Amino acid sequence: MTQLEQELKDLRIELLNMFIAVNKQLLKTEKAFFDFDKDIAYEVYNAEKRINALELKIDRDCENILALYSPVAVDLRFVLSVYKINHELERIADIAEGICKYINGLSKPFPSKAVEDVRIAEMFIQCKSMMEDVIVAFENEDTSTARKVFKKDEFLNEINEGGSANIIKNYNEQDAKSLFFLLSCVRKLERAGDLNKNIAEELIFSIESKVVKHQKKK
Amino acid sequence: MDNHILESKSVNVYYDDMHALKNISMKVEANSVTALIGPSGCGKSTFLRVFNRMNDYIEAFRMDGEVLMEGKNIYHKKMQVDELRKSIGMVFQKPNPFPKSIFENVAYGLKIQGIKDKEFIQNRVEKSLQQAALWDEVKSDLNKSALALSGGQQQRLCIARALAVEPRVLLMDEPTSALDPISTAKVEELINELKQNYTIVIVTHNMQQASRLSDYTAFFYMGDLIEFGKTEEIFRNPKVERTQNYITGRFG
Repeated sequence: MTQLEQELKDLRIELLNMFIAVNKQLLKTEKAFFDFDKDIAYEVYNAEKRINALELKIDRDCENILALYSPVAVDLRFVLSVYKINHELERIADIAEGICKYINGLSKPFPSKAVEDVRIAEMFIQCKSMMEDVIVAFENEDTSTARKVFKKDEFLNEINEGGSANIIKNYNEQDAKSLFFLLSCVRKLERAGDLNKNIAEELIFSIESKVVKHQKKK
Repeated sequence: MDNHILESKSVNVYYDDMHALKNISMKVEANSVTALIGPSGCGKSTFLRVFNRMNDYIEAFRMDGEVLMEGKNIYHKKMQVDELRKSIGMVFQKPNPFPKSIFENVAYGLKIQGIKDKEFIQNRVEKSLQQAALWDEVKSDLNKSALALSGGQQQRLCIARALAVEPRVLLMDEPTSALDPISTAKVEELINELKQNYTIVIVTHNMQQASRLSDYTAFFYMGDLIEFGKTEEIFRNPKVERTQNYITGRFG
């Protein structure tokens, strides 16, 4: 194995660790949300520092590989995509942290009727499923699994579009703060879907050398 | 590629029983840099030398197929090899100046052509040294021995010597492999400037040099032309797995 191959192998492991860490944040956030568990929300909040450190480490590793080994072709695409995926993952972790901040900012759980109407449970399920898809796609270099993400993102967008109307429908002054926070959570999960879609696009670029972003047919 | 100056058509080269080049068909675009890459013994230098008939001196050399320059077969029995080499100059791996003055080195090609006009020779020497980005460094001391120049200067002198006879094509066989990084950068800068007026074919073992310098890249392996295309395509997304393995360093 050449030194570059070893570096790329190590980078792959680092990014996989990042995937797993961010996925954990998302799973804990879902639990904190539905159980209204502030302890778990704090856990997510505290783990964010570790995610940030991991992001910086991967950034530095990419920079070193580019500077020291001048990778080309498939190796160059891999490093470029790791660099971008790393940032997308960190932003998904930020989203998890943001939702947990809302949970910690409330004195009682989100109004259950509104939670049901905005279909946030379905959004969490889709987000987790997208995350699993991109992890499997990354581990197995499997672009067909990466492509499953695009439909799921459309589904998230659909739910998100109905978000405002459902919050207005449930609006009452007493729950105003909770409802605004809930709408923000919906928006954040929709954004997490977009970021997972970006990751899938980067994986396709890395493996197939095809640029699918900003294109209708993927 | 319509604007090609050189073309090989089904070229096979043998050294005795060894089949060194296998059915190579390739076009070289005018005013561009074409890099020939591949592991040692793959045939890239043999292919380079096919274009100015340098292999003719090797006893065991045998060739079939056609090599055309601007549509004319350079292996035709009526082709004057000396005339051909006026059109196709060559720069070698190690700088090889003659043990003469800087001026005499550059003027050499003109003098053996029988040119005697001193002013003409003087002007051409100056122009060639300028084109080779060496003029400012040597203009005050043209009578100094060429052997007193640094390695990088000697290589640029050899390029000036090749340019003095105003060739159309420059063949370069690993022209910077014996140079330090600063001299390499100067020669690379020079190649980049020269391509406006000349067609350059370069053999290099340095992948980064091929990607930095060339417009087209040809990858050879065991006498076969595995892949030929625009350099950015070869280094971004080669079509053939063997090319990918080579440029990414997965085999030597």
